[in-house]
Amino acid sequence: MYDFFSNLDRRWIFLAMGLAVAIPVLFQLQFPESSSALSEACFTAIEELPPGSRVLLAFDFDPASKGELEPMATSFVRHCCEKKHKLYFMTLWPVGVQMIDNAIDRVIRADFPEMVYGEDYVNLGYKPGYEGVIKVVVSDLKKLYSTDSRGTNIDQIPMCRNLKNILSMRLIVNVSAGFPGAKEWIQYAATPYKELSIVAGCTGVQAALLYPYVPDQLPGLLGAIKGAAEYEQLVNAAYTPADATPVAKYLEAKRRMGPQFVAHLLMIFLIILGNTVYFLQRAQARRRG
Amino acid sequence: MDRRKLWAAAWLAFAIYLLYRATLGAGSTYVMESDNGNWVYADPVEYVAGGAVFSPIRTLGVWIAALLTLCVLSYMYRDNPYYRFAEAVIVGVSAAYAMVVAFWSALIPNLFGELWPAFIQSWAIPGLSAEHRENWWLSFIPLVLGAMLLWRLAPRGSWIARWPLAFIVGTTAGVRLIGYIDADFVSQIRATMLPLIVRTAEAGTIDWGQSLQNTLIVFGVLSALVYFLFSVEHKGLAGRVARVGTWVLMIAFGAAFGYTVMGRIALLAIRFEFLFDDWLWLIDPLERRDGIL
Repeated sequence: MYDFFSNLDRRWIFLAMGLAVAIPVLFQLQFPESSSALSEACFTAIEELPPGSRVLLAFDFDPASKGELEPMATSFVRHCCEKKHKLYFMTLWPVGVQMIDNAIDRVIRADFPEMVYGEDYVNLGYKPGYEGVIKVVVSDLKKLYSTDSRGTNIDQIPMCRNLKNILSMRLIVNVSAGFPGAKEWIQYAATPYKELSIVAGCTGVQAALLYPYVPDQLPGLLGAIKGAAEYEQLVNAAYTPADATPVAKYLEAKRRMGPQFVAHLLMIFLIILGNTVYFLQRAQARRRG
Repeated sequence: MDRRKLWAAAWLAFAIYLLYRATLGAGSTYVMESDNGNWVYADPVEYVAGGAVFSPIRTLGVWIAALLTLCVLSYMYRDNPYYRFAEAVIVGVSAAYAMVVAFWSALIPNLFGELWPAFIQSWAIPGLSAEHRENWWLSFIPLVLGAMLLWRLAPRGSWIARWPLAFIVGTTAGVRLIGYIDADFVSQIRATMLPLIVRTAEAGTIDWGQSLQNTLIVFGVLSALVYFLFSVEHKGLAGRVARVGTWVLMIAFGAAFGYTVMGRIALLAIRFEFLFDDWLWLIDPLERRDGIL
């Protein structure tokens, strides 16, 4: 028995994990979510801004991490729209422009058609240069951004005319998949310029690296799909009528927590099983001398 | 029946199943014209209502994406040519895409648009101002440095590329040094200077939860630092504190690993969702095909 487990082909583990994720996806298993202090801090940061505040939405992710980050990006945009903030989108990732366009299509064009491009929201697009871009836009945005992502002169866009730099933003909302991302926004914008406040949503890989910045340099953080589900639930509770069910696209993170739950149960079981087999084998070897 | 025949039978059954799903419309993508004249994705219900049209090219895209997903997942079984093909496609497409995007979003507006604004406005970006900006001639510096960097490709004089490279290394190191010292060194030390006994604001009694949290942070940081203090032999008190530091580090690594697992499972879940929803039409979580299948 011990030999069977210790020599088990790893592909059986892959298959088990595949099934543990695929079956909940197929049957759309969902479990209740409750919010944590960090997701509540993200919610409060946007909620307490006066309507019409300038918010910079920096979407630094690409399709590779879309599954993890798109639900929180969707919720951030929806929350800002519900509060009638002025949204400035930008990205430091080449494919981030498509992620911004997706969020605009899914949320603003679909559910807030009264919002006007150039007056209520603008897509500044992508600029290469990693953290160098952040260093420039904190002092002079128009030095880098002469046009928006559509090629329109930035001085012809009403909400950009009087915009000198990003220090006039009331809040930076960053959705980050790696470098450059939340860490760089904290290092080059939020830490040296105390008047800038930032909240971030990030991938699971990044979350552990960002916790040291909480709460002084980073008041709110959504860690991976769990953080997204918590924040999504807070936004749904605040902005979905009590007698209505939220639209399916505003429940994506909660839906993706179903496979997480089952896969984590499997992992815990495998870790316990592996350790049990290891210690029993060691005890057996000791008895044999 | 030998293993090869079994595999062949399994592939045949899968192909027949895919054909069956395709006849039901699985993988089909529809588009509609938006207000600004662009063609955007439309839901199948809009196609049934007559507001959208079938898009053969985007449907082909869904099928290619699905088959490439299966190619990548096949690595779980063992390394194979299908996986390598998908890997090469991803690397090539990503590199080409990043290059084209950087050309149109940096080189054209920020370099050539600064140096020859009227020409770039007439040819590439109509929204760009045709007037030179203040100190526009400074943009000749990155142009020259860029040209020197490309000299690396020339058969002779490749050493010229070292100068702009040295400039990049030097400026990057300088920018990062300042960022790290402020955000990751000074600010982190300040964030660790916490009171070990915290009193509640109202009653003045000890806030045990916050006090415990602060104590754990302070002693966790100190013990982890002692672990990396190699000037002192890890014996006696230093050894015991370093041992605690090891545990602190292990817990941090465990938390990081747990988060990584969560991230990877989320990525697998979205791939399965793509296969079951967009490709095979087995599920409809976004209610885009209500009443169709």
